Amino acid sequence: MQRVNQLHPVAQDFEPEFYKDLHTDLMFLNMGPSHPASHGTLRTFVALDGETIMASVLEIGYLHRGFEKTAEHRTYDQVIPYTDRLNYVSSIMNNVGFSKTVESLIGVTVPERCQFLRVIVSELMRIVDHLVCIGANLVDIGAMTNFWYLFNKREILYDILDKLTGARLTNSFTRIGGLSRDAYEGFEKDVLHVLKEFETAVIDVLGLIKRNKIFLNRTVDVGIITPENALSYGFTGPCLRACGIPYDVRKEKPYYHYDEFKFDIPIGENGDTYDRIMVRFEEITESISIVRQALKILPKGPVNSDDKRVSLPPKSESYVNIEGLINHFKHIYEGVKVEPGEFYDCTEAANGELGFYIVSDGSGSPYRVRCRPPCFTIFSAYPDMIEGSLIADAVATLGSINIIAGELER
Amino acid sequence: MTDALIERLDQLKEEFGDAILETEMARDMPVIVCSREKSFALLRFMKEDPAFDCNLLTDVTAVDYMKYPVKQRQRFAVVYLLHSLEHGHRFRVKVYLGMAQLNIDTVSSLWKTANWLEREVFDMYGIVFNDHPNLKRILNHIEFEGHPLRKNYPIERRQVLTINDSLMDEMEKRLVEKGLK
Repeated sequence: MQRVNQLHPVAQDFEPEFYKDLHTDLMFLNMGPSHPASHGTLRTFVALDGETIMASVLEIGYLHRGFEKTAEHRTYDQVIPYTDRLNYVSSIMNNVGFSKTVESLIGVTVPERCQFLRVIVSELMRIVDHLVCIGANLVDIGAMTNFWYLFNKREILYDILDKLTGARLTNSFTRIGGLSRDAYEGFEKDVLHVLKEFETAVIDVLGLIKRNKIFLNRTVDVGIITPENALSYGFTGPCLRACGIPYDVRKEKPYYHYDEFKFDIPIGENGDTYDRIMVRFEEITESISIVRQALKILPKGPVNSDDKRVSLPPKSESYVNIEGLINHFKHIYEGVKVEPGEFYDCTEAANGELGFYIVSDGSGSPYRVRCRPPCFTIFSAYPDMIEGSLIADAVATLGSINIIAGELER
Repeated sequence: MTDALIERLDQLKEEFGDAILETEMARDMPVIVCSREKSFALLRFMKEDPAFDCNLLTDVTAVDYMKYPVKQRQRFAVVYLLHSLEHGHRFRVKVYLGMAQLNIDTVSSLWKTANWLEREVFDMYGIVFNDHPNLKRILNHIEFEGHPLRKNYPIERRQVLTINDSLMDEMEKRLVEKGLK
């Protein structure tokens, strides 16, 4: 009643009977599981007072496919296509994360060229992931044009990935100990071209939204999370950095020569939707710079490790001599043999720290694979972020934390 | 870095004595095996002590060692991955649990993220977390029977699941929490 009085002080006097029954009870509403503004099948059950969300609970699991159980029944190389389906917007980053953990567990180092190619493709995937996230988020708050500006450029990269890996979305580009294939001739030129296109996209979209009043009203101070809460909820990646905490796996525990590249970690101040979008924009710029640096020093040489434990023998051996043939056969049928033990390794994926915890029993398939998805911990904070705000703000917040159902529910 | 970590492990042994069953410097991070009874006290200590300052709970998961070739202390192990952004160190705390006493204290009061992570462990392994605010299945359907990541759950087993979860039980709790009921 109090709110009605604030909102309609005049009308209150004239029609007290009409307003008597308003704001007396909460209304329960299901947002999702199939909702145009929820990216994937996510169900948010909210208790509403008018349009204000007073309380909310979540239900997930609509896309649960049992990745971890399936991985226990496959060889290490066979798990890689399943990792594509985790964060399907930046699938190669998952490939890299998984392969890197298995390689650390075995103790092999991949060749220099492979490391640099992994960095280049990962950073390109990070850019695309951020473009998709920002684009979809802007559509949710009514800015349709930006979406086309960003998605058209993504299409150019997908053409390159098509040439490079043979697939557009689920690339399965890495293998344990290397890559499925080397870069094609002219790859560098194509990448340099697409980087220019990405820069144009960032400038175009920033030009449209940077001083846009509607955009600012819809994002500034919306979906705030404090740094203490973010840490308690296990935030990583752009969402944590938007709160002002400069944590990045690439800086803390550099892998694949990340310590040799010059790049900054952009951070936000308030941890609101605006900061999360702007941190992503900055990260795109940093990633573009990393790819340029990596292309400059991309060394020549093999992309697959010559360690017989992890790599297939070259075709010239497997077709000609018996040792090569046996090696090939055992590799395919029994899988890469991994010493018994356990290992946790993580990479900085587009959404945050993507970790894999693998327990091996010495056979060709993992005894236990645990994927630590960045989304899962972030999404558990969603009720706290939207309670007390309007439904429309909840939609803007959901877009900005970039929930990918494939990774959330594995 | 390694010396400092060994020092940390010694500090824990001094503080908790017999509750620390084993420590090891694994290749990725130091591993601490703790007794079931003292796990909450240990994790709280590691969160609050300034020398550890593990402010980020990276992950809570479990392993079923039923078919593991090397015999372990117990069938299940609950694995906590702790991380300190301040010191940049990580720790793995393992707590072994047997079928007879398949429960452990929740740490959701220390890290909010533990709420969902522990629900997932409960869902997948059937490990009960004492005093958990909302111990309910999270990834699997409410009607689902069994715990799929246990080694004796056959991968090809199918179940027909029909009922929708009204979520009112969780909503009631949430409303009470928010002071709306």
